[in-house]
Amino acid sequence: MTAVYEPRYEPWDETRGAEIIAEHAKQEGATLVILHALQEAFGYVPEAAIPMVAQALNLSRAEVHGVFTFYHDFRHKPAGRHVLKLCRAEACQAAGGDALAARAEAKLGVSLGNTTADDRVTLEPIYCLGLCSTAPSAMLDGRLVGRLDEKRIDALVAEAQR
Amino acid sequence: MTMKIFVPRDATAVAVGADEVVAAFAQTAEKRGLPIEIVRTGSRGLHWLEPMVEVATLKGRVAYGPVSSEDVASVFESMASNGPHALRLGVADEIPWLKRQTRLTFARCGVIDPRSLEDYRAHGGYKGLERALSLGSDAILAEVTASGLRGRGGAGFPTGIKWKTVAQAKADRKFIVCNADEGDSGTFADRMIMEGDPFLVIEGMTTAGITVGATKGYIYIRSEYPHAVEAMKAAIIAARRGGYLGDKIGGSTTSFDMEVRVGAGAYVCGEETSLLESLEGRRGLVRAKPPLPAHHGLFGKPTVINNVLSFAAIPFILAEGAKAYADFGMGRSRGTMPIQLAGNIRQGGLFETAFGVTLGELVDDIGGGTFTGRPVRAVQVGGPLGAYFPRALFDAPFDYEAFAARDGLIGHGGIVVFDDSVDMRKQARFAMEFCAIESCGKCTPCRIGSTRGVETIEKIIRGDRVSENLALVEDLCNTMKFGSLCALGGFTPYPVLSALKHFREDFIPAPTTLQAAE
Repeated sequence: MTAVYEPRYEPWDETRGAEIIAEHAKQEGATLVILHALQEAFGYVPEAAIPMVAQALNLSRAEVHGVFTFYHDFRHKPAGRHVLKLCRAEACQAAGGDALAARAEAKLGVSLGNTTADDRVTLEPIYCLGLCSTAPSAMLDGRLVGRLDEKRIDALVAEAQR
Repeated sequence: MTMKIFVPRDATAVAVGADEVVAAFAQTAEKRGLPIEIVRTGSRGLHWLEPMVEVATLKGRVAYGPVSSEDVASVFESMASNGPHALRLGVADEIPWLKRQTRLTFARCGVIDPRSLEDYRAHGGYKGLERALSLGSDAILAEVTASGLRGRGGAGFPTGIKWKTVAQAKADRKFIVCNADEGDSGTFADRMIMEGDPFLVIEGMTTAGITVGATKGYIYIRSEYPHAVEAMKAAIIAARRGGYLGDKIGGSTTSFDMEVRVGAGAYVCGEETSLLESLEGRRGLVRAKPPLPAHHGLFGKPTVINNVLSFAAIPFILAEGAKAYADFGMGRSRGTMPIQLAGNIRQGGLFETAFGVTLGELVDDIGGGTFTGRPVRAVQVGGPLGAYFPRALFDAPFDYEAFAARDGLIGHGGIVVFDDSVDMRKQARFAMEFCAIESCGKCTPCRIGSTRGVETIEKIIRGDRVSENLALVEDLCNTMKFGSLCALGGFTPYPVLSALKHFREDFIPAPTTLQAAE
């Protein structure tokens, strides 16, 4: 059996944040690299980190905020304990993805882009995992699953709710 | 004797259970007390047969697929005894679907261990670079130009001309950037080659570096491809260790090094100027052209920016000569195209072939029609910005110009198949919606046009003043097509207009008695 991916993040800590920023700040065009590193450590990019990144890179706070908000990947608050991403692009639509997405929404009681009230599952759309020949596909906390059908989506939802 | 078993680590195979299959093989071997060696390869691209497992025999590698972990015990038995099995496919190289391809770029993908520089070299890797180093810049440019290679990302711009422009530019620093932001639905060739033969991409980029005088390269990979990121990073480290990246590459006097940068979920960053902005650490806003990246690219320096498949085509061209590549293809589309068959298709996967194969052959014959068994009604070629083709256009040969003549594009070579249950109004609406979600916001036709497009198509779906709103959508599409800064806003009209043109019946409501009474 595949191990269940259990993302473990550190709680936000300014000193640790500063360390991460300093580690990458010398690279050319480091903004995205740093935002990725912060999110990898803390599970999101805390508001307090934005001015720290700005200062390290000699940018304005607005510039860093602008970059942070432009990209779909970056979160301003932690996601649910598990993140279930459903591919919603054309290849998955052609293979019955619409009905499966609706089924997952109904089972979880949230629409795509939202987190369940108990903070267990964040359900998100993703525009193409590149598994278009074994569609429909999904990703649960970094684990890829292809050839989804009703049974498999139900199992994924159940696993995410655990 | 140790049995040598090959199992893909390609994301497609992993998504359908390849890791579980590997674990089951290890367990079975231990139980049976037979030694085995498991090599994780890329995928051969026969995705309906994944996980496709191979075993080395005296006659060549014999394949089995699709293998689930429950099948492993019996497959193991068949491998050990060379006996029959329901999933046994015979010698992999002899499988007709593979045999009828022309694999120039994907020759090694699914065959070698993508983590092993030695394996890459043993299968002809770095021959192209070695020849390039002996040729020098002008002669390399002549080869690349003569090969007729055109940008495989979708735009189809001649690669030789792009490289020559950068080679002639004067600057203290130049860059090589590989666009691995493969966001088009229905495409996965970049991902497969990065996961299955990453040294090929490195070799192509290194060749570009020595040709134009650049010493630094970046490969910008989308964050949705964690397996590709991992594979490229591992290969870069191995290439450095082997003397193929860093100072004095391959024993020459030239230096070239590169690194991986990861995107953050913005589709528009696949547009080259947006990608450069993102690499520089900014919002992925599209730049107005000119200046071209070849003159004023990354950090304002002359930059070669090419798609993964363009770089991946280079080593063959240098190793075997321009003519060997240009001999394939039709018209101005020379060489081969790795075509990706996706969506509702029975035999989906990667099929590399010379330009000129028809859409009908690809969908019906090679792809085997739909997996639902229903008739094929529409295929979208070239990603979310590509046109929807009806069966009536299935005689179209796969060629840049032939597709343009039919108001479509081949883009990055992805084909998404839909059966007769598709509602083309929904697909047209989605094209606009996707553009609205992903627009960088810099130009008005794309930013506002896409949102108005969604609203207007919704009115059509509701039956609200249908013919008036259809005319409005067509007008809006023209504004977006001619007024947008880049291909996102400029090409979103392709799927919309093609749906309107070829599938008009979906948009016009059937006359009701009420309307007739009015």
